[in-house]
Amino acid sequence: MTELLRVEDVHFTYASLPVLKGVSFSVEKGETVSLLGPNGSGKTTLLKILLGLLRPRSGGVFLDGAPVGSIAPKTLAKRVAYVPQVHRMAFAYRVKDVVLMGRTPHKPFFSRYSAEDREIAHQALERLSILHLGEKRYTEISGGERQLTLIARALAQGADALVMDEPANGLDYGNQVRLLEHIDDLSRDGYTFILSTHFPEHALWIADRAVLLKKGLIEAVGKPDEVMHAAAICGLYNTEIDILTVEGGFKTCIPRAIVRRMNAGRGLRVLTGTPYVESAWRPEDAPKRMVR
Amino acid sequence: MMDRRLVFPLLILALILAVLVSLSLGRYPVGPGDIFRFASHELFGVGDGQGMDQLRTILLYIRAPRIVGAMLVGAALAVSGAVLQSIFINPLVSPRMIGILAGSSFGMSLGTVLGLSWVAVQSVSALFGIVAVLFSVMLARLYRGDRVLLLVLGGIISTELFNSLFFLMKYLADPYRQLQLITFWFMGGFSLADARTVFVLSVPITVGMAILLILSSYLNVLTMGDEEARSMGVNTTLLRTVFIIVAAVISSLTVAVCGMLGWVGLVIPHMGRMLVGPDNRVFLPVTIVMGAMYLLLVDDLSRILFDVEVPLGILTALVGVPVFALVLRNARKGWQ
Repeated sequence: MTELLRVEDVHFTYASLPVLKGVSFSVEKGETVSLLGPNGSGKTTLLKILLGLLRPRSGGVFLDGAPVGSIAPKTLAKRVAYVPQVHRMAFAYRVKDVVLMGRTPHKPFFSRYSAEDREIAHQALERLSILHLGEKRYTEISGGERQLTLIARALAQGADALVMDEPANGLDYGNQVRLLEHIDDLSRDGYTFILSTHFPEHALWIADRAVLLKKGLIEAVGKPDEVMHAAAICGLYNTEIDILTVEGGFKTCIPRAIVRRMNAGRGLRVLTGTPYVESAWRPEDAPKRMVR
Repeated sequence: MMDRRLVFPLLILALILAVLVSLSLGRYPVGPGDIFRFASHELFGVGDGQGMDQLRTILLYIRAPRIVGAMLVGAALAVSGAVLQSIFINPLVSPRMIGILAGSSFGMSLGTVLGLSWVAVQSVSALFGIVAVLFSVMLARLYRGDRVLLLVLGGIISTELFNSLFFLMKYLADPYRQLQLITFWFMGGFSLADARTVFVLSVPITVGMAILLILSSYLNVLTMGDEEARSMGVNTTLLRTVFIIVAAVISSLTVAVCGMLGWVGLVIPHMGRMLVGPDNRVFLPVTIVMGAMYLLLVDDLSRILFDVEVPLGILTALVGVPVFALVLRNARKGWQ
């Protein structure tokens, strides 16, 4: 694996309020990196610094070893693309025209989009199986379809790294799952993802690496399996959780507070299909016991 | 919404028809046959020269400048309104609303009072058009809140400021030489549009419109918001500035031809968006043609409706208000 992005001791201050206080980690080519942290932990700021939209007060971000600030915006755009949260667009552009905008850094400044640009946009729509939406208005399609449109635009941009700010926000459950599927598909094709999320499960399911961010500092970096144990997530969000592991190592989170309410204080009782429970408040008590 | 590929040729065809109709309208009757005879005589030397001098005077020296002027002004106001609406993502913006026309009116009156040369007056006028729009934008940025509303308020304040400065200039103007010039021209209309004014101003206005058309794909990207646009490698500050300044300059220059014309820059962009959607690459050229046609037809009305010519400012408002009321019903389609 080769390193694609390196974040080195990044500090950032917003209106004399320190937002990031020395953040360092690296992103390998083809990796999916998940950024987790409570509201106000600095996730969005960090993503914007990765995209070159904000300049860190000190420290730096390096793309293939070159400082992001020294790379021309057009060149950077061809390498790293931004997939924003699903938003309301002021104008009802056609989906295929939205995707075509991704070709902006590739076209000569004064020219129009070429036939090749249109072909690439077409392929991006096809890649995400939303070719049928091409003629539709962006404002008339569903949240999930909009998210896919924005991903298609990032693909059309020709970038090999996609930066996504809470991509699952505003999507219904089914669309969240489909989004994760698409991210996993693209990741298998070699795309690199750096995404922030409010759902620990999403990191557990698709990330190769998790970055746990709290109050502008990194709490832990590593494989989700290793760093996202119950105590770490409990510390991050200040709520007790259990992590369940089913066969094959698949994990999911369950909030303790809810279990306690539902279960009259008896704690988590596993009935079926849940071989392994990791408990939040006494991680040392959580033996690797398998319930069959 | 119509097929985008079909709209433009149809509009061009309609514009050509409107020009031919406008050429034949007026006190002196000129039929389509006369126009054809004159054109073939002038261009190919076909036919005899009988009555050609009279036709040349009427068509080339009286009607053509006025027609070209009306089209130029309509196109410039419409496209600059369209660009401003896109760039500020604000359906209420037009060159007049945002203060440009008031600023350039003040600039013109200032230049006139100072006794500057014609070109210098135009330059001062364009300069204050730019100053006025920047002033509105800065006022809107001072406060937090609804961006759409704040920009409208900024525009109102800027317009009032430059209007009062304009009246100050009228107060200071020499009542025998300058005042009547300023007053007449402020009422709006093409009766003062001579061939020279139209010809000289057609150059910067055409160049400005060409710049807007060439950069139209970036206007789409800019409407996605600053961060998204920058993440696509677009220099948002530079492009935004270019769009605002070019829009301000071309709409300022229309003031020199016919005074302050409201409505065109507000109504036509909404009509254009209804017709072809908001994609600026298609939308801007369509507003140019529609703006040209609209003002040409309104000017025709002002010429033939009554024995006396009705000032254009009054007619554009009278026609514009009901049209806008109709458009408003459907205008929301292009907006979210």
